[in-house]
Amino acid sequence: MADISAPVAAPARRSGGFRRTFRKLPVTAIIGAAILLFWIFTVLTVQFWPMAEPLDMVGRRLQPPSAEHWLGTDALGRDVFSRTMHGAVWSIPIAILVVACAVAIGSLLGAISGFFGGWTDGIIMRLVDVTVAFPPILLAMAVAAMLGPGLTNASIAMVIVWWPIYARLMRAQVLEVKEREHVEAAIAGGASPLRVLRVHVLPLCWTPTLINATMDFGQVVLLAASLSFIGLGAKPPSPEWGSMISEGATRFYDWWIAFGPGMAILTVVLATSFLGDGLRDLFDRRSQ
Amino acid sequence: MSPLLKTKDLRIEFRNDDGIWAEALCGVDLSLDPGEVLGIVGESGSGKSIAMMALLQLLPRGARVSGSARFKGQELIGMPPARIRQLRGKSIGCVFQDPLSAFNSVLRIGDQIAEAITLHDRSMSKRDALKEAERLFELVAIPQPAKRIRQYPHEFSGGMRQRAMIAMALANRPELLIADEPTTALDVTVQAQILDLLRDLRKDLGIGMVLITHDLGVVAGIADKIAVMYGGRIVERGTTDDVFYHTAHPYSAGLIGAVPSLDGTGKLQQIDGTPPSIFNRPSGCSFHPRCSQVEEICRMQTPELESVGETDCACHLPLVTRDAKVAE
Repeated sequence: MADISAPVAAPARRSGGFRRTFRKLPVTAIIGAAILLFWIFTVLTVQFWPMAEPLDMVGRRLQPPSAEHWLGTDALGRDVFSRTMHGAVWSIPIAILVVACAVAIGSLLGAISGFFGGWTDGIIMRLVDVTVAFPPILLAMAVAAMLGPGLTNASIAMVIVWWPIYARLMRAQVLEVKEREHVEAAIAGGASPLRVLRVHVLPLCWTPTLINATMDFGQVVLLAASLSFIGLGAKPPSPEWGSMISEGATRFYDWWIAFGPGMAILTVVLATSFLGDGLRDLFDRRSQ
Repeated sequence: MSPLLKTKDLRIEFRNDDGIWAEALCGVDLSLDPGEVLGIVGESGSGKSIAMMALLQLLPRGARVSGSARFKGQELIGMPPARIRQLRGKSIGCVFQDPLSAFNSVLRIGDQIAEAITLHDRSMSKRDALKEAERLFELVAIPQPAKRIRQYPHEFSGGMRQRAMIAMALANRPELLIADEPTTALDVTVQAQILDLLRDLRKDLGIGMVLITHDLGVVAGIADKIAVMYGGRIVERGTTDDVFYHTAHPYSAGLIGAVPSLDGTGKLQQIDGTPPSIFNRPSGCSFHPRCSQVEEICRMQTPELESVGETDCACHLPLVTRDAKVAE
C-alpha cells in the first residue's frame, strides 16, 4: 500500500508547494518576470514578425513615429521599431551567456577558495581583489579595447569584469555552510573532501548566486550597450541597442532614434531588478 | 580480550587569538571492550566531546593532538586522511546531538543513508543500498520505512530523525558507535525511547558504544562503565554501579545530587559556579574553586587518577576515605 501511494502523493504536494511559493512573490516581481518573458519570446520569434527587416531602408530618413513606422525611422531610413526588437536577439543571449560564464567561473573558484582555504584561498581572493580594484566599466573598456572591438571580445571583457562578484558570493556562502553540522556528519561518515563539497555544501549555496545573477542580467545588458555605445561592442549596421543609442545621440533633436533602444534597456534592467528583489524576499530569510 | 578502543595520555591543545596554547584535554586514559558501553559524563567544556572528535580527526584545523588512541590496535592519532576516512562511518559510527542539522536538508533521508552505504561498499548499487536503508529503518523501528526513506529531513519529527540518524550510523555495521549527546535535543518521553533503542541495538548487534552526555540519568540505565570528566581530565572512572553507589569524587557526588529523584523529597543540590575556561585554569585541582570540601593541598597540587575504594578517582580528599576517617 505504502509503496503505491507514496510516489503519487509526493509530486502533488510539491506542485502545491510551488504554487504557494509563487503566490508569495510580490506583484513587481511578477511584472518583472512578465517583461523578461516578453523579451525572451521576442528573441525566439522576432524573425517571423510581419514587419520591416532591420537592415532594410524602408522609408524616408528621420521620420518621426507614425502608424507606419511606430518608432520612426533613423538617419538611413531604417525602421527603429524593427531594429529595437531585433536588437534583443543580440543583447539578451549575450547577457545570458555572460552571466552564465561569470557564474560558472566565479562560483567554481569561489567554492574552491572557501572550502579549501589556506594558500588556495589567498591566491584566488587576491586575484579577485585586483580585479574589483578597477571600476568595472573602465576595466571592461580596457580589455575590450585590447582584444579589439566586436561583440565576442566585449563579452569576454564583461566576463572578466563580472566573475569576481560570484567568486566572493560563493566563497562567503561556502564558508557558512561548511561549518554546519551535517557537513561534519558527512565527514564523520567517511565522505572525501570533494564529495562533501559537491553533495553536502554546494547544493545549499546557490540562493544568493541565483538572486544576484537575476539582478546582474540587466546590468550586463546595460554594460554591453555601454561598450557598443563607445564603439567597442557591436559594429554599426547590426541593430544593437547601445550602438543605436550612439547613432541617436548624434541627432539629439530626432529623439525617437534613441528612444526605442533606450526603453528596451530600461525595461530589461527594471524587470531583472524587480524579479531579483522578489526572489530575494522569497529565499532570503534574513531580509524578511 | 584486546580492547576495542584504548586511549593513553590523550591531549588536545588549542591556540587562542593571542597565540597562547592551552590544553583542552590534559591526558585522558580510557578503555572500552567490544560490546561494552562507556558513558562519558561532564558539563559543557569538560572536554568530553572533543576527546571523541579527536579519535576521528574531526577537530578544527589548528588543534594539536598528542598521546595515543588505538582502535583495535591501530593508532588513530596521526593516521593519514585516506585511512581514517575508511574507518569513519565504516568501523566507527557517529550519532550527533541535533538530528535536524546533522542531515543535509536538500536530500532525501533514504538517499543520504544509501550514500553512507555506497561510500564504503562500492560494489553495492544505489537500489540495493536503498533496500538496505529500508531494512535499517525497520531495525530502528521507524514505521512505514518504504515511504519514510523517500522523505526529506524536515518531514520527520525530532525522535524519528534521531532514529534515522542512528540508522545511518549503523549503516555499515560499525564495531564502535560514538553517540554525542544523542538525547539532549529531544523530549523526555522520546529520550526514553531512543535510549531503549540504543539498549536493544547493543544487545542485538553487540556493538561497543561511547555515550557522551551531561545527564547522569541517561547513562545510568545503559552504560557498563562511566568516566566523569571535569576541566579536561577524568576525575572519576569506574563501573556504573560503583560510580553511583561508591562515589569518591566530590564533583561526581555533586552531579548525582543534582539529579531530581522520583520521590520528590529533599532539596535538589546544585554545584555553585561555572566550569573554568581552558585559558584560565585554576591551580592545583581545577575543581577546587567550586568544591565544598576544598583544603589547602587542592590549591597547590593537581591530583592524579588513582584507585580509591571501588573507583579510580582524582582527588586529594576522596569521599570514601573521608567517610572512613569520620567513622574512625
